[in-house]
Order: sequence, then structure tokens, then C-alpha cells
Amino acid sequence: MALKLPIYMDHNATTPVDPRVLEAMLPYFTEKFANSASRNHEFGWEAEDGVKLARKQVGDLIGADPKEVIWTSGSTESNNLAIKGVADMYKDKGRHIITAVHEHKATLDPCKRLAKMGYDVTWLEPGPDGIIYAKQVAEAIREDTILVSIMWANNEIGTINELPQIGKVCKEKGVLLHTDATQAVGKIPVDVNEAGIDLLSGSAHKIYGPKGAGFLYVRRRKPRVRLTPIIDGGGHERGMRSGTLNVTGIVGLGKACELCRLEMVEETARLSGLRDRLEKGITSQLEHAVVNGHLTKRLPHTTNISFPYVEGESMMMAIKEIAVSSGSACTSASLEPSYVLKALGLGDEIAHSSIRFGLGRITTEQEVDYTIEKVVTAVKKLLDLSPLYEMVLEGIDINAIEWGAH
Amino acid sequence: MAYSEKVLSHYETPRNVGSMDKDAKNVGTGIVGAPECGDVMKLQIQVDEATGKIIDAKFKTFGCGSAIASSSLATEWVKGRTLDEALAIKNTQIVQELSLPPVKIHCSVLAEDAIKSAIHDYQEKNGLDHDHAEASEHTKA
Repeated sequence: MALKLPIYMDHNATTPVDPRVLEAMLPYFTEKFANSASRNHEFGWEAEDGVKLARKQVGDLIGADPKEVIWTSGSTESNNLAIKGVADMYKDKGRHIITAVHEHKATLDPCKRLAKMGYDVTWLEPGPDGIIYAKQVAEAIREDTILVSIMWANNEIGTINELPQIGKVCKEKGVLLHTDATQAVGKIPVDVNEAGIDLLSGSAHKIYGPKGAGFLYVRRRKPRVRLTPIIDGGGHERGMRSGTLNVTGIVGLGKACELCRLEMVEETARLSGLRDRLEKGITSQLEHAVVNGHLTKRLPHTTNISFPYVEGESMMMAIKEIAVSSGSACTSASLEPSYVLKALGLGDEIAHSSIRFGLGRITTEQEVDYTIEKVVTAVKKLLDLSPLYEMVLEGIDINAIEWGAH
Repeated sequence: MAYSEKVLSHYETPRNVGSMDKDAKNVGTGIVGAPECGDVMKLQIQVDEATGKIIDAKFKTFGCGSAIASSSLATEWVKGRTLDEALAIKNTQIVQELSLPPVKIHCSVLAEDAIKSAIHDYQEKNGLDHDHAEASEHTKA
């Protein structure tokens, strides 16, 4: 088959809706259009059945009871509800929260807001492997700790935190554990009971479902977690999230979860094979290229590679037929290198030169091979253009130079 | 972000990439920017001592497409000019020629700095007056 350009290799940002998901959703736009809260007519029952099935499909994927699934608009809302909801509900018990510096902004910013309101937040820092370990969490827990929020897998580098162990620590100390599992759900086995999770955020659009649909798992037994809602109204979702349900989105989310559950083993093997092929193809031809984060404790479909002495934006321009994400946020005019990569201890010039490749259900071997060739050619060209690389070849230590500010 | 055709042209086929002997008496070298800011430019000029004109220029740049294009353009513009003429090049002219958007103006500033820094280096090496370089100021568009 002929290669079609451009190539999408940014599946950590979002994924296309799987045609089977779309097919499941379509009737709910037209024939089965009702409000699932309309309890007194058949239209409503039909919509409610769709929602009920989706609850089971989500529950089956994460090892939860369907009643423990609260529908939201996506992981950003789920994280906000979990963190702010617990903080408010348990404020008389304590006001200490533990999280990590390289979490997603949808966790960092709610925590920062709480810190401004008088809560005490401990920000754990990873080592170069990018992983938060149970020992760090155990050492940070205090008498007044009410919540630990640690993501399952990191969105920029794909590393997996020490989760069953972190859950065990939290259980022993009687502290609630929230995990932003947006990147992990549907990609690797996730079981809320095995991992000791009390609250878990997930999103449909990262798993070949529609945008605008997500969920928050809220444990009902041992312990029964309570939350102060952010959105008040008709008392939907056990009062935790009011608002008419996005039935079509929920049906799509449910179907997406079912497909991920059924195809995970096969898909993981295929994707990690392609990911390894991509990594080896690049690093074997470019001696300075480095893979960031832990090399085995990570998602099967993600790799983040640094290309020292080459700047990220010019790199993206050189491989513009390939859609990827750069560690540098230059295009947003902020000139700030990725805070996740900096948290790993990477120097600014390397954090500026990092690319995240996110493979997915539609990625082919042909696309991977094309990407390898393009990346290698681009980096070689940009190294020829790089004054930093020239200095390195001359034996000059670029970190020892006093660079002028501009 | 959409780049202008001229930026793309300079980025895809940069003019005058390379290096000259920085110890040569008739060569001036300017290195400006910093890796943590995501831009470093090295611009070199070769001056004909008899005529005082820049007869060749080379660059290497670590930076975004606009930074590469700005320095590539700068090497084209300085060639054939006297030092004073080269010092008169303003970053706003680069902005205009390449249609740089506001977020990329710093690339043109850096290119102007690189020209001045290279000329300054040449003048210093040859014991020439470099008041012009000191007196220059950037015009921010």
C-alpha cells in the first residue's frame, strides 16, 4: 500500500475515533436521542440502557463496579473533581496533599489553586528515570495528609509510576489515592483493586473514543469516598456531577473501553514492537540521540527522544509530514522547555530538542520506517548547521561557556 | 505556525552554511544567543583588507526555522558591503524581508547582533575603531 502523508504519530495527544466506536454511537444521535434521566418513558429507558452498558464496559476495563463510574467531560474535569472534591470534603481531617512536579497541568493547577487557598502541597520529584516510587510517597505522608495524586503513566515520556506499591502505602496509612490514568487506561492493564486506587481519571479521546467524554472512578467500599461536587444541579451521578449526560459520548467511551480490553494483549505486542523498531532505527544511526525516562517501565506506544545540539522547532519543521510533539513549547511563544523533561534533570538545551512519538492503532511498519529515515536525515542536516555541535566536535564544553542573555 | 515562503526557502536551502578559520586576521566571528533560550547563532565575515569590504560570510545556527532563515539572510546581505554598510543593517529590515510574526522578532534581533558582533571581533583583532558597533541600537518592530 502506498504511504499516505502526513503521518499521525501523536497518539498521546489524541486518537481518531475507531469506526466501530462511531457505529455504536450513531443511533444515539438520532433514534435513541433521549435524556437518560427521563425515567417515565421508553425513549428515556433506551438512552439509559446505553449509559448502563457503557458503565459496565468502563468498569470491566478497570476492574470496578459499574456504580463506581462517574461521567465527566474528560480527564481535566475528572482530575479537578477528584482533587478539589476530596480537598473540600475532608478539609476538617487535614489539609495536606501529595503530588509530583511532572504531573499533567490538570493535576498541577488544581493543586496550586488549593495551595493558594491554604492547603499544604508536597511536590515529589522524580529521578532521571521519571518514576515516582512508593518510598517517596511513604516518606511524604503525614498525619494531616488527605490525598495522594500520582498519575499512572506520564503523558510526555510514557513512564509508569510505581503504582501497586504506592496504593499499598496509601492503604496502610489510610490516605486516599487518586491517579490520573488518562494515558494508561486501555493501553496497559489497570485494576483499581489490585493497585489500591480510590479515584481514577480517564478520557475517551485517548482510547479511540470521542472528545468531550471521560469518567472518574470513585470507590464505594473500603473506603467509601465522598466528594464535594464542582457542578451542582439535578443531582446526576450520585450527586457528584450534575448535568444531562452526554449519552452519545458515553456510549462511545464504553465501546472504546470494550475494544481496548479485548485487543490489549495483541495491540501491546504490536505497538511495542513498532516502538522498539523506531527507537533502534533512530538511535543506531544518530550517536547522540537519547531515549528519555525509564526504558522498560513505560507505555508500549510512546517514546520521547532527545536530539542534543538540534533545536526542537526546526526539527519539527524538517519532519513536517510527521505529526509529533516537541518537548519545547517554542511555538506557543513561551520559549519554555518542557517542565517534565526538566524534572528529569535534562539540561535546557536538551529539553529544547526532544520529540515525543506516540504510536497508535493506525500506525504501520511502513510509517515507522519512513519516520526513521526522515528523522535521521533531518537531524544530520541540522547538526551540520549547529554551532553547538561544532563546538562539541572541537572539544569545547558548551556548559562551561558563559552565554549572554537576550 | 505557518512560515512565509522566504523563511521556508532559507530554511530548506540555507545560504552560506559553514565555518571559517576564527584565528585568521581577516575573519571576524560573532556568537550570540544562549542554548537555554533555544537560539545560538554564529556568524563569520571575511574582510578584504585592501577595500574594507566583506567578501565572504558563513553561519551556523541552533534555533527555530526563523532563526536559521534570519542568519542565512544576514550572510547574504553583508556580502559585498563595507563594514559601515553592514553595521547599518537593522533587524526590522530582516523582519520585513522574511515576514516574521511578532513572536519571531527576537530571531531578527539576534541576527543583527550577530553581524555587529562579528564586525566588532574583526575590528578588535585589527586594532580598528568600533564605535559604530557600540552606538547601534535595535529597533523593535
